[in-house]
Amino acid sequence: MSTLEQARAVAASVVDPELPMLTLHDLGVLREVALDDDGAVVVAITPTYSGCPAMATMRDDLVRTLRDAGFGDARVRVTLDPAWTTDWITPEGRAALTEAGISPPGPAPRREESVTLQLAPTRRSVRCPRCGADDVALTSEFGSTACKAMYRCRACLEPFDHVKEI
Amino acid sequence: MAEVHTHEADDHDSAYAGLLVNDAHWAFGTDFEDPLAGVDTTVPEGVDAQELAAYCLQLGDDALILSQRLSEWCSRAPDLEEDIALANIALDLLGQARLLLARAAAADPSLVPALPEGSPVPPEDALAFFRSDREFRNVCLVELPNGDFAETICRVLVFSTYRLALFQRLTAHPDAVLRAVAVKGLKELAYHRDFAGRWFLTLARGTEESRRRLEAALAQVWAYRHELGDDQDAEVVLEQVLATSGVAAPGVRPVSTVGGHTEHLSRLLAEMQVVARAHPMGLW
Repeated sequence: MSTLEQARAVAASVVDPELPMLTLHDLGVLREVALDDDGAVVVAITPTYSGCPAMATMRDDLVRTLRDAGFGDARVRVTLDPAWTTDWITPEGRAALTEAGISPPGPAPRREESVTLQLAPTRRSVRCPRCGADDVALTSEFGSTACKAMYRCRACLEPFDHVKEI
Repeated sequence: MAEVHTHEADDHDSAYAGLLVNDAHWAFGTDFEDPLAGVDTTVPEGVDAQELAAYCLQLGDDALILSQRLSEWCSRAPDLEEDIALANIALDLLGQARLLLARAAAADPSLVPALPEGSPVPPEDALAFFRSDREFRNVCLVELPNGDFAETICRVLVFSTYRLALFQRLTAHPDAVLRAVAVKGLKELAYHRDFAGRWFLTLARGTEESRRRLEAALAQVWAYRHELGDDQDAEVVLEQVLATSGVAAPGVRPVSTVGGHTEHLSRLLAEMQVVARAHPMGLW
């Protein structure tokens, strides 16, 4: 394995501080791992939401994990373009979310759709991550973190988080 | 704060002891990070750096002040879901404000207030916490007190509808940083507007009392709508919300905002800035 491949593997193994069942790679926020001219590892990450408070922790965790793996010279840069979308969450990531009781996002709306006024409750095909029933009710479009909505399953009565499509 | 790194980790006399000994105790670390770290902030050719900075400052101030206002609802909203929703909206706006103020500072560093030598306060925080009321460029609409829930809903509806229409146009702006902020912000603002739009409908179709208060609230907000400029795209959306709710557009005269700001901004800033100003060398 080349140095770059090793650095990639290490960076891809770091988990998200708010959704620790997902690696940064699974979440899709890890955009690039490269070596600069001096051999330092440069990792590019992108925020999920503009106000995502986890960015500093992601940066610290990446630098610390890379250092522990022997990459003493590592830094993290931010990329804003293209903007993160839930479509970048990997199939493994979606499975890990469901396993942890969080409903994974459906396909993200195209931009024109996403800004059209919606006065009726958002329609999503959501399944309860606990019992698999599709008889669920939206409690709130806003949840415990910026990226989640709150639902309740009418079959097993469990409340659960759903990762919103953006 | 770094200044109080004095407790022993095993000091059981104080509930706060040990909290500051090790960064790992904190969910999100205790130091700063640059929201534009590694982003190319070169101002493109054909764009005036000072104009771009002034524009980003204005947009950033709007988002920052509305975020601060909305966060006042935290623990006071009608129920837990709305409490969390308003806090989430405030957080999105704070994130947008941070990027916009950082963009303004990078385009025109002369805007950033001078701080004591060696201060660790980053430029976007210096702009947020060390400018006086008269230096803020936000519209008066966002600095007015929250009022009741209906007023808050009407303000979020009007502000996010106009901001969304503006950000749609800014996705074609020549500055790549502002463009990226707009593309990202669009998706967030759509959630904010739809949240407020649904509540608008609910209050309009609720009881006589909820409708009376909604109409009174809308009249309050409507009088400041001219600050957001003429915007056909935004007006069409608002007309749609009003028509669906069966609420007539208020016939109110625009409030003069020529004086710049209201006294409400000064009080808001006093609360928002007091701790940062007391510790210009503080590391958070």
